[in-house]
Amino acid sequence: MLHTVNKSPFESASLKVCLGLAKPGSDILLIEDGIYGALAGTIHTAMLAEATSAISVYALGPDLKARGLPEDRLIPGIKVVGYDGFVELACANDKVQSWL
Amino acid sequence: MKLAVMVNEGPYTHQASDTAYNFIVAALAAGHEIFRVFFYHDGVNNGTRLSTPPQDDRHIVNRWSELSKAHDLDLVVCVAAAQRRGIVDPDEAKRNGKDSDNIAPGFRISGLGQLIEAGIQADRLLVFGD
Amino acid sequence: MSETKKFMYINRRPPYGTVYPLEGLEVVLIGAAFEQDVCMAFISDGVFQLKQGQDTIESGMKNFSPTYRALGDYEVTRIYVERESLEERGLTEADLMPLTWEDEDDDWAEKPSIQIVSRTQLSDLLEEQDVVFNF
Repeated sequence: MLHTVNKSPFESASLKVCLGLAKPGSDILLIEDGIYGALAGTIHTAMLAEATSAISVYALGPDLKARGLPEDRLIPGIKVVGYDGFVELACANDKVQSWL
Repeated sequence: MKLAVMVNEGPYTHQASDTAYNFIVAALAAGHEIFRVFFYHDGVNNGTRLSTPPQDDRHIVNRWSELSKAHDLDLVVCVAAAQRRGIVDPDEAKRNGKDSDNIAPGFRISGLGQLIEAGIQADRLLVFGD
Repeated sequence: MSETKKFMYINRRPPYGTVYPLEGLEVVLIGAAFEQDVCMAFISDGVFQLKQGQDTIESGMKNFSPTYRALGDYEVTRIYVERESLEERGLTEADLMPLTWEDEDDDWAEKPSIQIVSRTQLSDLLEEQDVVFNF
Protein backbone atom coordinates (compact mmCIF):
# COMPACT_ATOMS: atom_id res chain seq x y z
CA MET A 1 0.00 0.00 0.00
CA LEU A 2 1.22 3.48 -0.90
CA HIS A 3 0.57 6.26 1.58
CA THR A 4 0.97 9.89 0.57
CA VAL A 5 1.43 12.70 3.08
CA ASN A 6 1.14 16.32 1.95
CA LYS A 7 1.30 18.21 5.26
CA SER A 8 4.28 19.56 7.15
CA PRO A 9 4.73 17.67 10.42
CA PHE A 10 5.26 21.08 12.07
CA GLU A 11 1.66 21.99 11.26
CA SER A 12 -0.26 18.74 11.13
CA ALA A 13 -0.38 15.27 12.68
CA SER A 14 -0.89 13.63 9.26
CA LEU A 15 2.58 12.06 9.13
CA LYS A 16 2.25 10.75 12.69
CA VAL A 17 -1.21 9.30 11.99
CA CYS A 18 0.08 7.73 8.77
CA LEU A 19 3.02 6.13 10.57
CA GLY A 20 0.66 4.86 13.26
CA LEU A 21 -1.45 2.98 10.73
CA ALA A 22 1.03 2.01 7.98
CA LYS A 23 2.03 -1.64 7.99
CA PRO A 24 5.63 -2.79 7.65
CA GLY A 25 6.41 -3.14 3.96
CA SER A 26 4.33 -0.11 3.02
CA ASP A 27 5.61 2.76 0.93
CA ILE A 28 5.22 6.37 2.04
CA LEU A 29 5.62 9.23 -0.41
CA LEU A 30 5.99 12.75 0.95
CA ILE A 31 4.58 15.38 -1.41
CA GLU A 32 3.82 19.11 -1.34
CA ASP A 33 4.37 20.45 2.22
CA GLY A 34 4.76 16.85 3.35
CA ILE A 35 8.39 16.93 2.18
CA TYR A 36 9.34 18.92 5.30
CA GLY A 37 8.88 15.65 7.16
CA ALA A 38 11.87 14.25 5.25
CA LEU A 39 14.33 16.76 6.69
CA ALA A 40 17.19 15.61 8.89
CA GLY A 41 17.97 17.50 12.07
CA THR A 42 14.46 18.58 13.03
CA ILE A 43 12.31 17.81 16.07
CA HIS A 44 10.33 15.39 13.87
CA THR A 45 13.29 13.58 12.29
CA ALA A 46 13.37 10.71 14.80
CA MET A 47 9.74 9.75 14.11
CA LEU A 48 10.41 9.07 10.42
CA ALA A 49 13.99 7.84 10.82
CA GLU A 50 12.71 5.04 13.08
CA ALA A 51 10.11 4.04 10.53
CA THR A 52 12.53 3.72 7.62
CA SER A 53 13.68 0.30 8.79
CA ALA A 54 10.26 -1.25 8.08
CA ILE A 55 8.80 1.22 5.59
CA SER A 56 10.23 2.64 2.37
CA VAL A 57 10.02 6.43 2.44
CA TYR A 58 10.16 8.57 -0.68
CA ALA A 59 10.05 12.33 -1.22
CA LEU A 60 8.86 14.07 -4.37
CA GLY A 61 11.89 15.76 -5.96
CA PRO A 62 10.08 18.64 -7.71
CA ASP A 63 8.51 19.65 -4.38
CA LEU A 64 11.92 19.55 -2.64
CA LYS A 65 13.45 21.70 -5.37
CA ALA A 66 10.59 24.19 -5.32
CA ARG A 67 11.20 24.68 -1.60
CA GLY A 68 14.97 25.03 -1.91
CA LEU A 69 15.84 21.75 -0.23
CA PRO A 70 18.70 19.68 -1.69
CA GLU A 71 18.80 15.92 -1.14
CA ASP A 72 21.69 16.16 1.31
CA ARG A 73 19.32 17.75 3.85
CA LEU A 74 17.15 14.63 3.98
CA ILE A 75 17.13 11.77 6.46
CA PRO A 76 19.49 9.08 5.08
CA GLY A 77 17.57 6.28 3.37
CA ILE A 78 14.81 8.48 1.98
CA LYS A 79 14.66 8.12 -1.79
CA VAL A 80 13.86 11.04 -4.06
CA VAL A 81 11.52 10.40 -7.01
CA GLY A 82 9.94 12.49 -9.76
CA TYR A 83 6.32 12.41 -10.92
CA ASP A 84 7.24 9.37 -13.03
CA GLY A 85 8.39 7.65 -9.85
CA PHE A 86 5.12 8.69 -8.15
CA VAL A 87 3.20 6.95 -10.96
CA GLU A 88 5.38 3.85 -10.62
CA LEU A 89 4.79 3.72 -6.85
CA ALA A 90 1.02 4.11 -7.32
CA CYS A 91 0.98 1.22 -9.80
CA ALA A 92 3.38 -1.02 -7.87
CA ASN A 93 1.19 -0.86 -4.75
CA ASP A 94 -2.30 -2.37 -4.67
CA LYS A 95 -3.90 0.88 -3.47
CA VAL A 96 -3.12 4.45 -2.53
CA GLN A 97 -4.18 6.19 0.66
CA SER A 98 -3.79 9.99 0.75
CA TRP A 99 -3.48 11.29 4.29
CA LEU A 100 -5.06 14.63 3.47
CA MET B 1 -3.07 0.45 -15.91
CA LYS B 2 -6.36 2.29 -15.51
CA LEU B 3 -6.08 5.23 -13.09
CA ALA B 4 -8.70 7.57 -11.63
CA VAL B 5 -7.91 10.88 -9.99
CA MET B 6 -9.90 12.99 -7.54
CA VAL B 7 -9.06 16.69 -7.10
CA ASN B 8 -10.46 18.30 -3.96
CA GLU B 9 -8.97 21.80 -3.94
CA GLY B 10 -9.31 24.80 -6.19
CA PRO B 11 -6.54 26.23 -8.34
CA TYR B 12 -3.84 28.52 -6.91
CA THR B 13 -4.88 28.36 -3.23
CA HIS B 14 -3.55 24.83 -2.81
CA GLN B 15 -0.97 22.79 -4.72
CA ALA B 16 -3.31 19.79 -5.01
CA SER B 17 -4.48 20.70 -8.51
CA ASP B 18 -0.87 21.13 -9.73
CA THR B 19 0.21 17.82 -8.23
CA ALA B 20 -2.76 16.03 -9.77
CA TYR B 21 -1.99 17.58 -13.17
CA ASN B 22 1.70 16.66 -13.02
CA PHE B 23 0.84 13.14 -11.90
CA ILE B 24 -1.59 12.68 -14.79
CA VAL B 25 0.91 14.02 -17.36
CA ALA B 26 3.50 11.53 -16.06
CA ALA B 27 0.96 8.69 -16.04
CA LEU B 28 -0.07 9.39 -19.64
CA ALA B 29 3.60 9.58 -20.67
CA ALA B 30 4.13 6.15 -19.10
CA GLY B 31 1.28 4.75 -21.21
CA HIS B 32 -1.39 4.49 -18.52
CA GLU B 33 -5.05 5.23 -19.09
CA ILE B 34 -6.78 7.98 -17.09
CA PHE B 35 -10.30 6.69 -16.58
CA ARG B 36 -11.63 9.95 -15.16
CA VAL B 37 -10.65 13.07 -13.22
CA PHE B 38 -13.30 13.96 -10.66
CA PHE B 39 -13.39 17.44 -9.11
CA TYR B 40 -14.98 17.72 -5.67
CA HIS B 41 -15.14 20.19 -2.77
CA ASP B 42 -13.41 23.44 -3.87
CA GLY B 43 -11.82 21.38 -6.65
CA VAL B 44 -14.83 22.31 -8.78
CA ASN B 45 -13.25 25.77 -9.13
CA ASN B 46 -10.73 24.21 -11.53
CA GLY B 47 -13.59 24.20 -14.03
CA THR B 48 -14.41 27.90 -14.43
CA ARG B 49 -13.43 29.44 -17.75
CA LEU B 50 -13.66 32.92 -16.15
CA SER B 51 -10.33 32.44 -14.37
CA THR B 52 -7.76 35.03 -15.48
CA PRO B 53 -4.39 34.53 -13.77
CA PRO B 54 -1.46 36.96 -14.31
CA GLN B 55 0.39 36.31 -17.57
CA ASP B 56 3.59 35.22 -15.86
CA ASP B 57 1.82 32.39 -14.02
CA ARG B 58 0.53 29.04 -15.24
CA HIS B 59 -3.09 29.00 -16.40
CA ILE B 60 -4.41 26.08 -14.39
CA VAL B 61 -7.89 25.97 -15.92
CA ASN B 62 -6.66 26.22 -19.50
CA ARG B 63 -4.04 23.60 -18.75
CA TRP B 64 -6.77 21.12 -17.78
CA SER B 65 -8.83 21.99 -20.87
CA GLU B 66 -5.82 21.52 -23.14
CA LEU B 67 -4.84 18.23 -21.53
CA SER B 68 -8.41 17.03 -21.88
CA LYS B 69 -8.41 17.89 -25.57
CA ALA B 70 -5.05 16.28 -26.26
CA HIS B 71 -5.83 13.02 -24.43
CA ASP B 72 -9.63 12.88 -24.49
CA LEU B 73 -9.67 13.13 -20.69
CA ASP B 74 -13.00 12.88 -18.89
CA LEU B 75 -13.02 15.89 -16.53
CA VAL B 76 -16.08 15.67 -14.29
CA VAL B 77 -17.19 18.41 -11.90
CA CYS B 78 -19.50 17.28 -9.09
CA VAL B 79 -22.90 18.87 -9.54
CA ALA B 80 -23.73 19.26 -5.84
CA ALA B 81 -20.35 20.82 -5.02
CA ALA B 82 -20.55 22.97 -8.18
CA GLN B 83 -24.00 24.33 -7.34
CA ARG B 84 -22.78 25.46 -3.92
CA ARG B 85 -19.81 27.24 -5.44
CA GLY B 86 -21.33 28.69 -8.58
CA ILE B 87 -19.81 26.52 -11.29
CA VAL B 88 -22.51 26.25 -13.94
CA ASP B 89 -22.96 24.71 -17.38
CA PRO B 90 -25.66 25.85 -19.83
CA ASP B 91 -28.14 23.18 -18.68
CA GLU B 92 -27.64 23.97 -15.01
CA ALA B 93 -27.92 27.71 -15.69
CA LYS B 94 -31.26 27.15 -17.37
CA ARG B 95 -32.54 24.78 -14.70
CA ASN B 96 -31.63 27.12 -11.84
CA GLY B 97 -32.55 30.37 -13.57
CA LYS B 98 -29.02 31.79 -13.71
CA ASP B 99 -28.07 34.54 -16.19
CA SER B 100 -24.94 32.80 -17.44
CA ASP B 101 -22.73 29.73 -17.27
CA ASN B 102 -18.98 29.46 -16.67
CA ILE B 103 -17.91 25.87 -17.28
CA ALA B 104 -14.56 25.60 -19.03
CA PRO B 105 -14.04 23.56 -22.23
CA GLY B 106 -13.40 19.88 -21.62
CA PHE B 107 -15.23 19.82 -18.28
CA ARG B 108 -18.68 18.37 -17.71
CA ILE B 109 -20.96 18.54 -14.69
CA SER B 110 -22.31 15.27 -13.32
CA GLY B 111 -23.18 13.46 -10.12
CA LEU B 112 -21.18 11.83 -7.36
CA GLY B 113 -22.01 8.46 -8.87
CA GLN B 114 -19.27 9.24 -11.39
CA LEU B 115 -16.75 9.23 -8.55
CA ILE B 116 -17.96 5.94 -7.13
CA GLU B 117 -17.94 4.42 -10.62
CA ALA B 118 -14.35 5.60 -11.06
CA GLY B 119 -13.44 3.90 -7.79
CA ILE B 120 -15.03 0.69 -9.01
CA GLN B 121 -13.72 0.73 -12.58
CA ALA B 122 -10.18 2.02 -12.13
CA ASP B 123 -7.25 -0.07 -10.92
CA ARG B 124 -6.11 2.78 -8.67
CA LEU B 125 -7.81 5.89 -7.33
CA LEU B 126 -5.58 8.78 -6.31
CA VAL B 127 -6.90 11.63 -4.19
CA PHE B 128 -5.30 15.07 -4.22
CA GLY B 129 -6.50 17.66 -1.74
CA ASP B 130 -5.80 19.64 1.40
CA MET C 1 -21.59 -3.54 -12.55
CA SER C 2 -21.02 -6.97 -11.09
CA GLU C 3 -17.67 -6.30 -9.48
CA THR C 4 -17.77 -5.59 -5.74
CA LYS C 5 -14.99 -3.66 -4.11
CA LYS C 6 -14.23 -2.81 -0.52
CA PHE C 7 -14.64 0.91 0.05
CA MET C 8 -13.52 2.69 3.18
CA TYR C 9 -14.44 6.29 3.88
CA ILE C 10 -11.98 7.74 6.38
CA ASN C 11 -13.07 10.80 8.33
CA ARG C 12 -10.27 12.70 10.03
CA ARG C 13 -11.66 16.20 10.48
CA PRO C 14 -14.00 17.82 12.97
CA PRO C 15 -17.41 19.03 11.79
CA TYR C 16 -18.32 22.63 10.83
CA GLY C 17 -14.78 24.08 10.66
CA THR C 18 -14.64 22.90 7.05
CA VAL C 19 -17.16 21.44 4.61
CA TYR C 20 -15.23 18.18 4.15
CA PRO C 21 -17.23 16.09 6.65
CA LEU C 22 -20.58 17.19 5.20
CA GLU C 23 -19.56 16.68 1.57
CA GLY C 24 -17.87 13.42 2.56
CA LEU C 25 -21.15 12.16 3.94
CA GLU C 26 -22.82 13.00 0.63
CA VAL C 27 -20.35 10.71 -1.14
CA VAL C 28 -21.13 7.88 1.29
CA LEU C 29 -24.89 8.25 0.74
CA ILE C 30 -24.60 8.31 -3.05
CA GLY C 31 -22.08 5.47 -2.94
CA ALA C 32 -24.58 3.32 -1.04
CA ALA C 33 -26.63 2.92 -4.23
CA PHE C 34 -23.71 1.09 -5.88
CA GLU C 35 -23.94 -1.89 -3.52
CA GLN C 36 -20.26 -2.11 -2.75
CA ASP C 37 -18.77 -3.43 0.48
CA VAL C 38 -18.71 -0.15 2.41
CA CYS C 39 -17.41 0.90 5.81
CA MET C 40 -16.53 4.19 7.49
CA ALA C 41 -13.65 4.95 9.83
CA PHE C 42 -13.48 7.88 12.22
CA ILE C 43 -10.01 8.72 13.42
CA SER C 44 -8.14 11.76 14.76
CA ASP C 45 -10.47 14.78 14.97
CA GLY C 46 -12.96 12.87 12.83
CA VAL C 47 -14.31 11.30 16.03
CA PHE C 48 -15.76 14.72 16.93
CA GLN C 49 -18.17 14.32 13.99
CA LEU C 50 -20.06 11.71 16.01
CA LYS C 51 -20.33 13.80 19.20
CA GLN C 52 -23.82 13.83 20.64
CA GLY C 53 -25.80 17.01 21.08
CA GLN C 54 -24.65 19.12 18.13
CA ASP C 55 -26.62 22.37 18.03
CA THR C 56 -25.90 24.83 15.23
CA ILE C 57 -28.74 27.25 15.80
CA GLU C 58 -26.57 30.08 17.11
CA SER C 59 -23.77 29.55 14.58
CA GLY C 60 -26.26 29.58 11.72
CA MET C 61 -24.71 26.56 10.02
CA LYS C 62 -26.51 23.52 8.71
CA ASN C 63 -26.69 20.80 11.37
CA PHE C 64 -25.95 17.69 9.35
CA SER C 65 -25.42 15.40 12.35
CA PRO C 66 -28.88 13.74 11.96
CA THR C 67 -27.61 12.33 8.65
CA TYR C 68 -25.28 9.96 10.51
CA ARG C 69 -28.34 8.34 12.07
CA ALA C 70 -29.69 7.62 8.59
CA LEU C 71 -26.58 5.70 7.52
CA GLY C 72 -28.11 2.43 8.70
CA ASP C 73 -31.01 2.92 6.28
CA TYR C 74 -28.42 3.23 3.51
CA GLU C 75 -26.92 -0.09 4.59
CA VAL C 76 -23.79 1.52 5.93
CA THR C 77 -23.62 -0.73 8.97
CA ARG C 78 -19.93 -0.81 9.85
CA ILE C 79 -18.70 2.40 11.42
CA TYR C 80 -15.28 2.05 13.00
CA VAL C 81 -14.10 4.55 15.60
CA GLU C 82 -10.47 4.43 16.69
CA ARG C 83 -10.19 3.94 20.44
CA GLU C 84 -6.88 5.82 20.74
CA SER C 85 -8.35 8.87 18.96
CA LEU C 86 -11.25 8.93 21.44
CA GLU C 87 -8.94 8.58 24.45
CA GLU C 88 -6.51 11.25 23.22
CA ARG C 89 -9.46 13.66 23.06
CA GLY C 90 -10.97 12.79 26.42
CA LEU C 91 -13.99 11.12 24.85
CA THR C 92 -15.69 7.81 25.52
CA GLU C 93 -18.25 5.86 23.50
CA ALA C 94 -20.95 7.45 25.67
CA ASP C 95 -20.11 10.82 24.06
CA LEU C 96 -21.03 9.50 20.62
CA MET C 97 -24.40 9.45 18.92
CA PRO C 98 -25.86 5.95 19.12
CA LEU C 99 -25.97 4.74 15.50
CA THR C 100 -27.91 1.62 14.58
CA TRP C 101 -29.02 -0.49 11.65
CA GLU C 102 -31.79 -3.04 11.23
CA ASP C 103 -30.70 -6.55 10.36
CA GLU C 104 -33.22 -7.99 7.89
CA ASP C 105 -31.71 -11.46 8.32
CA ASP C 106 -32.43 -11.28 12.05
CA ASP C 107 -36.12 -10.19 12.09
CA TRP C 108 -35.09 -6.52 11.66
CA ALA C 109 -33.33 -6.48 14.99
CA GLU C 110 -31.75 -3.11 15.72
CA LYS C 111 -28.00 -3.45 16.04
CA PRO C 112 -25.25 -0.93 16.83
CA SER C 113 -23.26 0.33 13.82
CA ILE C 114 -20.40 1.82 15.79
CA GLN C 115 -17.49 -0.47 16.59
CA ILE C 116 -14.70 0.90 18.74
CA VAL C 117 -11.47 -0.56 17.38
CA SER C 118 -7.82 -0.23 18.28
CA ARG C 119 -5.27 1.45 16.04
CA THR C 120 -3.85 -2.00 15.24
CA GLN C 121 -7.28 -3.32 14.23
CA LEU C 122 -7.85 -0.25 12.09
CA SER C 123 -4.50 -0.75 10.43
CA ASP C 124 -5.58 -4.30 9.49
CA LEU C 125 -8.94 -3.04 8.19
CA LEU C 126 -7.25 -0.38 6.10
CA GLU C 127 -5.02 -2.97 4.50
CA GLU C 128 -8.08 -5.03 3.43
CA GLN C 129 -9.65 -2.21 1.39
CA ASP C 130 -9.67 -1.76 -2.37
CA VAL C 131 -10.55 1.94 -2.46
CA VAL C 132 -9.97 4.48 0.30
CA PHE C 133 -11.49 7.95 0.45
CA ASN C 134 -10.45 10.64 2.91
CA PHE C 135 -12.66 13.43 4.12
